[in-house]
Amino acid sequence: MKVLVPVKRVIDYNVKVRVKADQSGVDLANVKMSMNPFDEIAVEQAIRLKEAGQAEEIIVVSIGVTKSQETLRNALAMGADRAILVEATDNVENDIEPLAVAKILKAIVDEEQPGLVLMGKQAIDNDMNATGQMLSALMGWPQATFASKVEIEGDRAQVTREVDGGLQVISVNMPCVMTVDLRLNEPRYASLPNIMKAKKKPMETKTPADYGVDVSPRLTIEKVEEPPARKAGVIVGSVEELVEKLKTEAGVL
Amino acid sequence: MAVLLLAEHDNETLNDATAKTVTAARAMGGDIHILCAGSGCGGVAEQAAKLDGVTKVLCATDEAYGHDMAEPLADLIIGLAGDYDHIVAPATTSGKNVMPRVAALLDAMVISDISAVHGPDTFERPIYAGNAMATVKSTDAKKVITVRGASFDAAGEGGSGTVEEIAAAANPGLSAWVEDKVVESDRPELTSAKRIVSGGRGMGSKENFEIIEKVADKIGAAVGASRAAVDSGYAPNDYQVGQTGKVVAPELYIAVGISGAIQHLAGMKDSKVIVAINKDEEAPIFQVADYGLVADLFDALPKLEAAL
Ligand SMILES: Cc1cc2nc3c(=O)[nH]c(=O)nc-3n(C[C@H](O)[C@H](O)[C@H](O)COP(=O)(O)OP(=O)(O)OC[C@H]3O[C@@H](n4cnc5c(N)ncnc54)[C@H](O)[C@@H]3O)c2cc1C
Ligand SMILES: Cc1cc2nc3c(=O)[nH]c(=O)nc-3n(C[C@H](O)[C@H](O)[C@H](O)COP(=O)(O)OP(=O)(O)OC[C@H]3O[C@@H](n4cnc5c(N)ncnc54)[C@H](O)[C@@H]3O)c2cc1C
Repeated sequence: MKVLVPVKRVIDYNVKVRVKADQSGVDLANVKMSMNPFDEIAVEQAIRLKEAGQAEEIIVVSIGVTKSQETLRNALAMGADRAILVEATDNVENDIEPLAVAKILKAIVDEEQPGLVLMGKQAIDNDMNATGQMLSALMGWPQATFASKVEIEGDRAQVTREVDGGLQVISVNMPCVMTVDLRLNEPRYASLPNIMKAKKKPMETKTPADYGVDVSPRLTIEKVEEPPARKAGVIVGSVEELVEKLKTEAGVL
Repeated sequence: MAVLLLAEHDNETLNDATAKTVTAARAMGGDIHILCAGSGCGGVAEQAAKLDGVTKVLCATDEAYGHDMAEPLADLIIGLAGDYDHIVAPATTSGKNVMPRVAALLDAMVISDISAVHGPDTFERPIYAGNAMATVKSTDAKKVITVRGASFDAAGEGGSGTVEEIAAAANPGLSAWVEDKVVESDRPELTSAKRIVSGGRGMGSKENFEIIEKVADKIGAAVGASRAAVDSGYAPNDYQVGQTGKVVAPELYIAVGISGAIQHLAGMKDSKVIVAINKDEEAPIFQVADYGLVADLFDALPKLEAAL
């Protein structure tokens, strides 16, 4: 089976984001961008399926600016076989909404016929946690979200999901969409020889129009603000002083 | 028109997140109808009908709805959607699982995890792990929304909605529930607790983590953890607080041996009073703490347990 892994280029998780003074968004000029951490886990899982003989080919796809190529090359260096770049905007600050991303992915799934789509449970920039669920709805496929363990047997998969109450185990028909959680695996680093090899792996470039998808947003951003700051606290000298202050000053004990 | 609100429950008890979502729904305007889908969940429907502002409860009972499986639940909601402008659910793992599916089937863009309602089509939501707050306006005919519980007070009781049994939708048969692995606990649930004591990597081991539990039990608190503590096996996954775990806003949050990475702060920085205990005075957690104690936790925690 083929496995399709959508990967998103996002602000690096270590970068402290800054809201722009004109409240139009977050400053993305000259900041470090990386592959969404959840998507690294999805790529790793696809590679492990291939290593276990359960997948033949791994296709990675990214939808965004031209520079998303770097993210795709990174996935190819980890071990994916080929890449599709969908150039949807020339401005990093124009993020493409999950609904539009899901529609483009549906068109790619129709074309490529993968047996599995593995993706991140959320992108750490917009934290929508939506694209995988939307794609599976559009395909009429089952969804296995927030996966922390995946076992594929024939035309079914058993997936352990991280939910509010603990863990939930479900069984889904294949093909399906799985979205991965943090504890599914520990992604590998690309080795130097593999980074070199990745440069020769095929990468196709497309546009949303090739798939007949309109990416105009349904949500308009009215403004983006800094969250309210907390007022400065105090350092206490001892446990006794802490308990005293919590009782009398804060009134929470 | 009206708001359809998906209740969060375990077939016996209505989760507090539902009452918080009712408060958000009231700000959107229109009647509020609660959908209770489950298996043998008639009691929950009665509880939901008592929430302030709820005019009607639709109760769909079927095996297929007993475990919050997204595919049959989404089909049920789609069958009802025609009568509503807003379809909302708490931003719990089950709400986040099903609502984007509903939105895609309605060709609408889901609006996840809203923290304020500015009008029927304008909402505030945190982005970048809560480092920025975006105000977004939806142009979709139907708004499909999940609501961050920590940002809204629970609606009170005193309502007198009617309960109406409705038929189940056909089950698409795409998925099946196998089992739940849930640890039973007498402690309050994290997202509704008034007090939380959380431990991080600094706890060092699963055995040491028990000191956190002792302190928590002294003050009737829930227990939380950082991702590092969960990844290291000191605490189960449902304890994780943060960008990818639970978002909490208790009256008192005590962070012990937690450095204060932005991903952790994303889940707790709206707590009313934050206490940090850490041996490193430079730890970023002190920047959000109201009370900081620079100390070795193995020294401070037993003293704290004794003083409470
Ligand atoms: C500052 C700022 C400005 C914005 N401006 C606009 C604007 O001008 N117009 C507008 O419409 N919206 C704008 N948005 C909102 C934004 O478009 C969406 O809300 C956002 O894309 C939400 O989705 P997510 O990436 O968090 O997706 P999630 O659903 O959380 O992503 C889950 C998974 O889907 C896959 N995925 C998601 N996106 C892609 C992709 N592009 N390529 C490949 N795989 C992908 C990945 O596997 C990912 O792990 C803005 C947001 C911000 C913060
Ligand atoms: C995509 C993504 C999502 C993430 N989501 C989350 C999330 O939801 N929640 C989350 O928590 N993290 C999340 N993280 C991880 C986060 O970045 C941090 O790695 C994590 O929060 C660190 O946990 P910690 O503070 O327990 O550990 P550390 O950062 O290792 O801090 C341990 C602290 O303990 C102190 N300490 C050690 N020994 C003692 C002692 N004896 N006495 C007193 N203090 C002591 C140290 O001084 C240190 O400050 C995420 C990361 C990524 C990339």
